[in-house]
Amino acid sequence: MSLRQKLRDFFNRREAAITGGGAKAIEKQVALGKLPARERITYLLDPDTFHEYDLFVEHRCYDFGMDKKQLPADGVVTGTGKISGHPVCIFAQDFTVAGGSLGLMHARKITKIMDHAMKLGVPLIGINDSGGARIQEGVNSLAGYGEIFFRNTLASGVIPQISVILGPCAGGAVYSPALTDFVFVVDKISKMFITGPEVIKTVLGEEISMEELGGARVQTEISGNAHFYAESEQECFDQIKKLVTFIPWNNRKKADAFPAGPPKPGLDIETIIPAEPTKPYDVRNIVRAVCDDSDFFEVQKYWAANIVVGFARLGGETVGVIANQPLVLAGVLDVDSSDKAARFIRFCDAFNIPLVTFVDLPGYLPGVDQEHAGVIRHGAKVLYAYSEATVPKITVILRKAYGGGYIAMCSRHLGADFVFAWPTAEIAVMGPEGAANIIFKAEISGAADPDATRRAKVEEYTEKFANPYIAAANGHIDAVITPRETRGCLIHAIEISALKNESRPAKKHGIPPF
Amino acid sequence: MSDEPDLKTLVVDGAAYQTRFTRKFAHRKPYVAPDPTRICAHIPGVIVEVHVSRGQRVRRGDPLVVLEAMKMKNDLTAARDGTVREVHVTQGQMVARSQLLLELS
Repeated sequence: MSLRQKLRDFFNRREAAITGGGAKAIEKQVALGKLPARERITYLLDPDTFHEYDLFVEHRCYDFGMDKKQLPADGVVTGTGKISGHPVCIFAQDFTVAGGSLGLMHARKITKIMDHAMKLGVPLIGINDSGGARIQEGVNSLAGYGEIFFRNTLASGVIPQISVILGPCAGGAVYSPALTDFVFVVDKISKMFITGPEVIKTVLGEEISMEELGGARVQTEISGNAHFYAESEQECFDQIKKLVTFIPWNNRKKADAFPAGPPKPGLDIETIIPAEPTKPYDVRNIVRAVCDDSDFFEVQKYWAANIVVGFARLGGETVGVIANQPLVLAGVLDVDSSDKAARFIRFCDAFNIPLVTFVDLPGYLPGVDQEHAGVIRHGAKVLYAYSEATVPKITVILRKAYGGGYIAMCSRHLGADFVFAWPTAEIAVMGPEGAANIIFKAEISGAADPDATRRAKVEEYTEKFANPYIAAANGHIDAVITPRETRGCLIHAIEISALKNESRPAKKHGIPPF
Repeated sequence: MSDEPDLKTLVVDGAAYQTRFTRKFAHRKPYVAPDPTRICAHIPGVIVEVHVSRGQRVRRGDPLVVLEAMKMKNDLTAARDGTVREVHVTQGQMVARSQLLLELS
């Protein structure tokens, strides 16, 4: 063969491989609002930065007529590239090739790119679009999944791991995304479940559609399995591009700093909070009024909305924001919100992102369902995550900080570095109503007019204890600051914490209340 | 904002907060204490055997029905002595989770 022939032969082979499942299968994929695997990658990455590997990998299955079947690239595209200049390792399952089914070599391509990501210390992005295990490959297919899960676990807290669900991701396959840090889903395209509607119908007699069982809305609103929801694949990729700018390459680095712009005018931080402590407001407006460019990138926006978590920047530095949301369930901590906050805190701590906590909560959600659902062990996750975290921890008490809620929300006692309180803060063992009812029980019930006495006692308690000054007198908070001073205080606190180096007792690992 | 129509009241420690409910909270079921006389399916499945009939005396530990679910045959036994007041299922019937199977007195 001449050199020219060899080159032509190579071009033919490459062309055949990158065509994936062929024109018809691609047409079907596109008709569903889905992009072909390689187009997804090129949309997500910076132009001309994608480098593909293992294009000529072939499956090794000879049973059930598989020896006669060619599966281009074995149904998964792997490679490296850049997002906003950040290096990433990436894989994308190709649904047009045997339904993106996972066989041993398909899995080996994925584990190979995962190993690369670990060695290079760069984020891993996995695009999932697969019918599941390649049944013909039997237990080898299961072995492939297991090897992926093992690596997901080892990579956890070392490199950021992002999962994008752009098609079905069912059965054991969903455990890889579940082990990663952020899961992105798209309306009408993503489907995640352990057992599908068919099995549920035959075994249990319950009828449900894929969308209702494990569609994008369900996973973002009800289960909390997914972190980001988009209407289209393009919107989803834009969200990923944005997320990548907020997080570091790996756990030895800090996130890139960006030039800091002031918060947008029009959000008057002094007028956001109602004077009445039982009136709601949207705490995200406080975050926006404080952070650079008023740019707050919320994580798990639709699930457990009584707590708000997400990324923002202060003086150009990425911070992880955790804020009680008085607008939803009065901002209480409960099973789901504790879970949400704890996971986010642990991500930030693992990746050197300072924590900024805004506090305004009446405590924990009362109810039989909460107690029976284990609000004790779930609530304990918040205490664990905050106490364990060694990144700079800064707390701002906006309004209510009562009882266990006060302790849990990154109080001084859990190792906060700086605790600020607004003059509107009420730091007390419980709310004035509850406290007055207990302390003055006899006086109230013995009074000629119990209601009037109760009101007077609540007033008395409020006057005396519903403020930040008793906590300040004890040194539990560091400074009482005005709303307008908040941004400056936070930026200063982060700047001077840049070299913070706190260690914890050496151990194999802790045992958080999972 | 506090004039929003979807604001509800949530009472925590005697204080009434105006706030929105999550879907989960809005749909929570009020707690009902379990009734030991009502035997319900703890898992969805198929009744493969019915050992008792109406009016029959049973002793604690006696088999009542066999509920097959997830390829496992579960023996449901009487938690106490009593009489079968009503049997609501027949052999071969598919039952949902928490469905009433039989009543004891």
